[in-house]
Amino acid sequence: MENTLDRLAAGERATVSALLAPEGERLRLLELGFVPGRPVAALQAAPWGDPVAYAVCGSVIALRRSDARRILVQ
Amino acid sequence: MEAASGPVVALVGNPNVGKSTLFNALTHLRQHTGNWPGKTVEVARGSFSHRGVTYTLIDLPGAYSLHPGSAEEEVTRDFLLSGEAEVTLVVVDATCLERNLPLVLQVMETAWPVAVCVNLMDEAARKQIHIDLPKLQDLLGCPVAGAAARSGRGLPGLLDCLADTAADPPPPPRRPSLAGLCPCRRAAVLSEEARRIAGAVLTADQAAAHRLDRRLDRVLTSRAGGIPAMLLLLAGILWLTMAGANVPSEWLSRLLFGLREPLRELLRSLSAPWWLEGAVADGIYQTTAWVVAVMLPPMAIFFPLFTLLEDAGYLPRVAFNMDHFFHRAGAHGRQALTMCMGLGCNACGVMGCRIIQSPRERLIAILTNAFMPCNGRFPTLMALIALFFAAGEGLWGSLAGAALLLGCIVLAVVMTLWSSRLLSATVLRGLPSAFSLELPPYRLPRLGQVLVRSLLDRTLFVLGRAVTVAAPAGLLIWVAANVTVGGESLFLRLAGLLEGPGRFLGMDGVILLAFLLGFPANEIVMPCILMGYLSAGSLTGYQDLPQLRAILTANGWSAATALSVLLFTLFHFPCGTTCLTIWRETKSPRWTALAIALPLAAGVILCSLVRLAAAVLPL
Repeated sequence: MENTLDRLAAGERATVSALLAPEGERLRLLELGFVPGRPVAALQAAPWGDPVAYAVCGSVIALRRSDARRILVQ
Repeated sequence: MEAASGPVVALVGNPNVGKSTLFNALTHLRQHTGNWPGKTVEVARGSFSHRGVTYTLIDLPGAYSLHPGSAEEEVTRDFLLSGEAEVTLVVVDATCLERNLPLVLQVMETAWPVAVCVNLMDEAARKQIHIDLPKLQDLLGCPVAGAAARSGRGLPGLLDCLADTAADPPPPPRRPSLAGLCPCRRAAVLSEEARRIAGAVLTADQAAAHRLDRRLDRVLTSRAGGIPAMLLLLAGILWLTMAGANVPSEWLSRLLFGLREPLRELLRSLSAPWWLEGAVADGIYQTTAWVVAVMLPPMAIFFPLFTLLEDAGYLPRVAFNMDHFFHRAGAHGRQALTMCMGLGCNACGVMGCRIIQSPRERLIAILTNAFMPCNGRFPTLMALIALFFAAGEGLWGSLAGAALLLGCIVLAVVMTLWSSRLLSATVLRGLPSAFSLELPPYRLPRLGQVLVRSLLDRTLFVLGRAVTVAAPAGLLIWVAANVTVGGESLFLRLAGLLEGPGRFLGMDGVILLAFLLGFPANEIVMPCILMGYLSAGSLTGYQDLPQLRAILTANGWSAATALSVLLFTLFHFPCGTTCLTIWRETKSPRWTALAIALPLAAGVILCSLVRLAAAVLPL
């Protein structure tokens, strides 16, 4: 089932399926390890619910929900 | 400058992999930092000898990729493309190998020969991550050496590896060329390749390896615990600083001020004229002694403690916890990191704003950095708090003092957020850029090294700068206080001119003049105020804090005056070094002027509010 990354609950795992971000930003996301086909897990949200920390590519990257919305996962 | 003419080795790596630690471990103190021609990115050069050959080591800025996203990454890429390096050494973090491998692969496409140093092997062992180094060497097709730069383990092997690679470069490995692919496709391919290699050489239970990190994060960045933990940590540091600095400060001031009379005697015995005696003993010596006695102890406690937090990997968590507010203010979450740097020194904080890539958000961070009280202002804040607001003795006094100092910092953060919001609603309008922040693994800080590094690099550096400013400033103030024009000293004449605006802000002319004289370095504001009052002749000298209070109250200070001075210390124009750095970073007199006007306006508004309140309420 297709979903956006920001809707992942803490502790939930998924696989990146597509990036909807514009060109320059897409490159950054790919370099951070958000590559289609790659597993990703939501770890936890910051104290005010945003940003959220994700386990990806063997390390932890925090993204704001508005940016995570542009990453499709399933 | 190029004394060493041996092979050039370029050091490349992601941020946070211990690249600088390795650089320091290899070069010891044979290094110097300079700006790259035409760019304001700092590049350190050093040298080391191995098997009778002297190598030049160049520490290139940390980069996640060679596809330039920042000035730093551009410098790194351009240097590698220039072919100046005989060997490129890529440093990777053994605890997150997969994240680091894409850069290794990119560098191998750009430069050859390449050697890889798998650093932090000790941390990896602690997390029970095992890396098959021979296999990694096979799969990458370039020499690989494991090391733990912090303890020096594995460095001989690394040097051998570098020497072999430089003397007899292995043939470049044959890989499918990525040259024809678009950057995005390339990044995906490299990432996939990194995943394949990491999967083949790593044996680790990923969940178990990072379990402690996740547990710590669940407390330190949680909804319930994140902010309280942050405030408690900061309060703890401030309390240790205030409580711990008290005794050595008093001891130092007794010692240093006690030496003033012998110095005067010495000058007299050499039959020095009265003006020389006064200029040296009361001007240069007294101001310098004050700066040393009052600044050294808090800095020697604060800097190491803060470096410990930095070393442990806590600071990115601060940015993570605070990003929500920065997002709402239209700013970047990494601004929290630059503010932390600003707590040490605003000039460093302004320079640190390079970690923010979006120009709009970087400007916001630069323009508002001076809102954070730097270490040069801490002693003034601490003295004011101890004298007027938390006068109690012992544990309660120091706890109340730390709480008030924490309050000052919280106020500074709130003002930073407000003015950031103001900027992004007016002159720096725009959409927030994409935000990403790596939360690196927590690391056990190495006490000894933190102590040495923070004392040498930070404390002595900042103190040295303060003293070089304090000595001539002391002379200048003494001259101003002792040259009379029309029956009144120059100092008091100038103070008289500033009396009006000073009164408007709830202070007086002497205080305002002291702030102006403190433009080269904030540390000298208090001694300037004192010299101004003392030259008026009401009192002859001071030894310790209680006497200081007596001098201030004799000159009309009330709690409201102290509060105004406190607020103005927090919010006024940035110091000279910071202004220069802002101008260098923005290359614009207009933005520099705004960076001066913004905190000044905040200080003026807050001080006039205090004066109004004091007029209405009996304080």
